[in-house]
Amino acid sequence: MFSRVSTCGLTGLDGHLIEVETDISNGIPAFDIVGLAETSVKEARERVRAAIKNSGFKFPDQRITINLAPADIRKDGTDFDLPIAIGILVAAKIIPEESVRGYFISGELALDGSVRSVPGMLCKAIAANELHYSKMMIPAQNLPEVSVVKGIEYFPVNSLKEAVDHFSGEAAIRPAELLEVSGKSAIPSGLDYSDVRGQRHAKRALEVAASGGHNVLLIGSPGSGKTMLARRLPTILPDLSFEESLEITKIYSVAGMLPPHTSLISERPFRAPHHTMSAASLVGGGRIPKPGEVSLAHHGVLFLDELPEFGRSTLDILRQPMEDGFVCIARINSTITYPCRFMLVSAANPCKCGYYGDPVKPCTCSPREAERYLSRLSGPLMDRIDIQIQVPTLQYRDLESSKPEETSAEIRKRVNRARAIQKERYRDLNIFCNAMLTGAMVREYCKVDEEGTRVMRSAFDKLKLSARAHDRILKVARTIADLEESPVIRAPHIAEAIQYRSLDRSFMSWNSD
Amino acid sequence: MNKHLQAWVRLNLAEGMGISRKLELLRMLKTPEAIFEMDRKDWDGLGLKPAQAESLLSEDKLRESAEIIRMSEKKGIRIIPMDDEEYPELLRYIQDPPLVLYVKGVIPKGLGLGIVGSRKATGYGMNTAFRLASELAEEGFIIVSGMARGIDTAAHTGALHAGGQTMAVLGCGPDQAYPPENRGLMDRIARNGAVISEYPPGVKPQTYHFPVRNRVISGICIGVLVVEAGQKSGSLITAQAALEQGREVFAIPGNINHHTSMGTNRLIREGAKLVLSIQDILEEIPWSLSALPVYRKSSAPGTEPLSREESLILQTLRAEDLYHDQIAERTGVPRHVLFAALLQLEIRGLVRKDLTGRYAIVSDR
Repeated sequence: MFSRVSTCGLTGLDGHLIEVETDISNGIPAFDIVGLAETSVKEARERVRAAIKNSGFKFPDQRITINLAPADIRKDGTDFDLPIAIGILVAAKIIPEESVRGYFISGELALDGSVRSVPGMLCKAIAANELHYSKMMIPAQNLPEVSVVKGIEYFPVNSLKEAVDHFSGEAAIRPAELLEVSGKSAIPSGLDYSDVRGQRHAKRALEVAASGGHNVLLIGSPGSGKTMLARRLPTILPDLSFEESLEITKIYSVAGMLPPHTSLISERPFRAPHHTMSAASLVGGGRIPKPGEVSLAHHGVLFLDELPEFGRSTLDILRQPMEDGFVCIARINSTITYPCRFMLVSAANPCKCGYYGDPVKPCTCSPREAERYLSRLSGPLMDRIDIQIQVPTLQYRDLESSKPEETSAEIRKRVNRARAIQKERYRDLNIFCNAMLTGAMVREYCKVDEEGTRVMRSAFDKLKLSARAHDRILKVARTIADLEESPVIRAPHIAEAIQYRSLDRSFMSWNSD
Repeated sequence: MNKHLQAWVRLNLAEGMGISRKLELLRMLKTPEAIFEMDRKDWDGLGLKPAQAESLLSEDKLRESAEIIRMSEKKGIRIIPMDDEEYPELLRYIQDPPLVLYVKGVIPKGLGLGIVGSRKATGYGMNTAFRLASELAEEGFIIVSGMARGIDTAAHTGALHAGGQTMAVLGCGPDQAYPPENRGLMDRIARNGAVISEYPPGVKPQTYHFPVRNRVISGICIGVLVVEAGQKSGSLITAQAALEQGREVFAIPGNINHHTSMGTNRLIREGAKLVLSIQDILEEIPWSLSALPVYRKSSAPGTEPLSREESLILQTLRAEDLYHDQIAERTGVPRHVLFAALLQLEIRGLVRKDLTGRYAIVSDR
């Protein structure tokens, strides 16, 4: 008595076909799962046994062997429960063999026989489509996320009994009506820049950052509003394209982090991991690697608050993904790639206690500590941060100001326009925003007029800007020019860009001449 | 080995008695050598406790003094005792002058003016100290400070910038660079004045050295200018010492809402002279300054006329240090003009942006 049921395994974001082969033969009753099954798959034995029994079927008192083919790929997760149970029932002749043909089956079982949702269903649906499977049996709760993948008949089930009844023809389930694709954000929205009083300078800097995809460092005392400003950045980033939404949704689906009833994430994610986080949770990891924070922030914002508190090794790990736009996690039997094209927004206090230069609260750091604090940030990482600005502590008086604040929607209009210009300019290149310009491209695309060159030169002479600031200033100036729809970079653009390079000024240069 | 010098160093090393007691010994016996050449039995007449005499005459201290002299020679540090012609004139007359000074460089002759203040200075404080130090140095003053971080550093740098002379009084041996990042500054001070200390080479900085050191700063000077001081700043100890020594105390007023100016503002309330420009200092100095050498004036920062917006910004910054947003709000200068104007002012050295993001006036035209 043998059966074969198709299901789907995941490597990173890619699904691949896995066949669940079941053999029931006479002998001492046993239940074995082979084919490089991890613990969570091995445990399916207990769930499947109980679920079958509690759904009113007899669990065969025979020797049962399950093989997950191809047998040389590691399998992890609970989504093999349902196909294994169906496989056993087919082999036990409770379900007719031909009825399961052409189905992709996936789902976790509870002991009472109900079917639970599993992560990564979107990626599995995409794989099923590519493998020309036309029918999928999935947990009912997973239905919203697969509705973007057309061309497949979905049979949502709530329990093993429903599944069996469907296959045995007792109560056939009708293919689900696909829901209208409804976008849903991964973060609670309702945020808007009009909530932030004052802070015009910081908001403008973030508008420039959003327009050119530049990474940002915000420096300011606790309570100055760094987090508030950063959290609203996704609201002014350009609108997501369908492909971008799909990429984000795939990552969230695999991570099991899709909000319920979500078919497609249509707002840019905002991730704010704490500085005690491990390197593995930042870039992704685990024996079967899960996406890390950098990937969860794909096409969105990765916010690192208290940047100097992050371990140096943690920050150094960030460099490669920031450069490449993807992380590659190598394991003995597989290499998994997750995309991670995010905007880095980081925040730092000016000193350890946070109150350096605060007019009201005294700073309790020793001067040495205060000066060392920011210089601790690793040079290579700072090299990838184009915009560094100070966020002033607001006085009560400023909060009272009654001037209407600009809404995120108004700002985003300008951002979208500037992005469109960049997309057009770089259409033949492999990039889409100014932040991605390489050294050679900077020289080609960042043309500065005469007056601007003069300003740049004298600023470098007099302000002792570091050499590595040069290209960053040009890139940011290019974005500012794009915001004004100016084909060449002019002096005011350069002047503004230089003001966004706060840490390059040698503040500590009193003792060097 | 110079017997006279060694006797001074040895006397300085003796423990268990204060400087005034040692000075009393010197008054009775005229020279330090005489103390050590005396017969043991004559000691009773001096009224020293046995432990004091023990420390004074101990073999250890003799060896130590020889070692200090050897070390100083090796490191190019000169030992200037109180009776040396190079010893700062005014310092001799304070109650507890250092018996011996360890010197790197040459102690300049002339009027000293102390400029001290907080180690955690604001842009306003740093810029003020730098500007006043260079102006006073141009007038011929020797700018004396403690080479600490913050105001001290700005004061020394300002004096050097104007091509003037400056002296640093340390709380450690003159071979120790403290704070370490000021090593370069220390060398430049030694070339354009002197780095001095009452602590012999090799002595590490200790927290209790600094208050003691402060009396030397004020002792060398005719007056002390406190630029910026919080409520518990060490520069207030210097101001106190200056008062006790009969020196002038000057203070730069600050924003009454800022804790960083609390100390200086209190000094002013308690009678310190409020300083708006170096004229306020010059008019308090009774000595004739005409005899002092005047150093070259540094070139004025930019001579091109300022634009309307630039003058407006300078005008606004005169009141206090401001953030970009505040400047925008108060001047009403549109954004794209403001960025350019601020950058121009920065490039011309008229304003400076500090770590907190505030702009401060460096030099007023």
